[in-house]
Amino acid sequence: MASVTAMQSPHAAPDPAKDNIVEVRDITKFYGTDIHALDSINLAFPTSQMTTLLGPSGCGKTTLLKIIAGLLEPTAGEVFVKGKPVTGPGPERAFVFQDFALLPWATVLRNVAFGLELTHQPKAEREEKARQYIDKVGLGGFEDKYPHELSGGMRQRVGLARALAVNADVLLMDEPFSAVDEQTRRKFQEDLLHLLSVEKKSVIFVTHSIEEAVYVSDQIVLLSPRPGRIHSTIRPEISRDASPDDIRRDKAYLDTVEEIWNNLRKYLD
Amino acid sequence: MSTTASSAPAAVEGPESGRAFLGLGSVFVYRLLSVIGLFTIWEIAGLIPISVAFPTFSDTMQALWEMTADGRMTDAYGETLKPLAVGVSISAVFGVAIGVGMGLNRLFQWTWEPIFVVLQASPVAALIPLITYAYGIGLTAKTVAVMILAAPIIVLNTYKAVRNASPTLIQMCRSFQGTRLQEIWKVIIPNAAPVIFAGLRLGVAAGFIGVILAELLITPTGIGDLISYHRSVAEYAHMYAAVFSIIVFSAVMVGLLEKVETNYFRPEKKKGH
Repeated sequence: MASVTAMQSPHAAPDPAKDNIVEVRDITKFYGTDIHALDSINLAFPTSQMTTLLGPSGCGKTTLLKIIAGLLEPTAGEVFVKGKPVTGPGPERAFVFQDFALLPWATVLRNVAFGLELTHQPKAEREEKARQYIDKVGLGGFEDKYPHELSGGMRQRVGLARALAVNADVLLMDEPFSAVDEQTRRKFQEDLLHLLSVEKKSVIFVTHSIEEAVYVSDQIVLLSPRPGRIHSTIRPEISRDASPDDIRRDKAYLDTVEEIWNNLRKYLD
Repeated sequence: MSTTASSAPAAVEGPESGRAFLGLGSVFVYRLLSVIGLFTIWEIAGLIPISVAFPTFSDTMQALWEMTADGRMTDAYGETLKPLAVGVSISAVFGVAIGVGMGLNRLFQWTWEPIFVVLQASPVAALIPLITYAYGIGLTAKTVAVMILAAPIIVLNTYKAVRNASPTLIQMCRSFQGTRLQEIWKVIIPNAAPVIFAGLRLGVAAGFIGVILAELLITPTGIGDLISYHRSVAEYAHMYAAVFSIIVFSAVMVGLLEKVETNYFRPEKKKGH
């Protein structure tokens, strides 16, 4: 089962006053004058938790993520990171792109170190750090390969390693697995959960897959489309201690998936 | 994530894992066959002959050797290379700079685009009298002819390449706090490099056309002189030898540019085909 209010989760229940790493207040976004993408969104993202923005296409979930990242300007409203308002990209946030956004002319090593290269870290230091994260995402031995020599899943691991290497507090992931095949995706989700439990990052994750959202999230924000509004917030009560296969068969998992589907299906007509 | 060997996904087989034929890459063999085929057809066409003014391949090569041995070829290239090298260099340096500027800045684009579009669309042979009127018949006029042909192609290709730089890569650079300057140098220009170099290769080839056109239409010097002189005295093998040499020279220059591109800008292409 899942509840619409905050209840137990694998992590400690957050104290909304100070344990929110990111907050958005009254975010509204128009594209041009007539496309109303987001309508007064108020949201809090708890520290060290995985929050998913879930909704049908056109609900503005990627727009909201890019506003949080500072890549898009909101028409109105403010984004707070660690209590401070932000207007552009910052070192406390790192983005993982849907289509990977790797430099085709750079090796895996340089791609992973690219965030550090841009902030002028010495070459030896940044490559040392990049190698560490290449190992952590399971790409050890591929340092000198170019992106076109890797599979889709491996390319996204490079994107993830690049985001982890800059040591930001918040990872912003924009449908990171949508360009990856289903088998690779499942393995990647498991690896991601494992890695995040070690790295203690706060994650804001955009997806259109209900199963994926329930499987990986501490908190799920359902968005309704045109204009994007918050439909409800759900905290799946699923123990993360069970094995991945047990979780996928767990009754609470299946019920939560069902509940979200019932909420979203009315927008599909 | 697990770091055990079994979880490390296998590398994807690239299309470049080509077969070998007699120890040579198959691409090389096909290229060689293509060249041999062309020369064979040329030889046969010359033997028929399809025209009294069309020498065989072997006669042409003999004439080429003769002109190389007595130094005529070297002298001719000494003359031809001057306007060519100067014109192509100026076109490349300023062409890429102007093209990058046009790609990055709309005002800059609006200032320069009409000039280069008009130049690219105009029949240059018709402009050559105008060039002689303005610059006389010397080196300057020939250099200008080279530039008029080479520069528009280089500028317009560079501009399109820079303007169409991948928006996700630019966003990526911004999201990791890249400055505008880093964005230009580390993302936009390398991203545009393949198309910029395609423009440079076409531009250099057009520069060769320009210099020969100038040598044929303004004053006969260098390779243009060899071509028009041997035509006038009906030594067609020598005339074709001069034409052949300039084609080979042009192809070699274009090939060298490709090497520069893969070595310095797009190293990943070295592993490609």
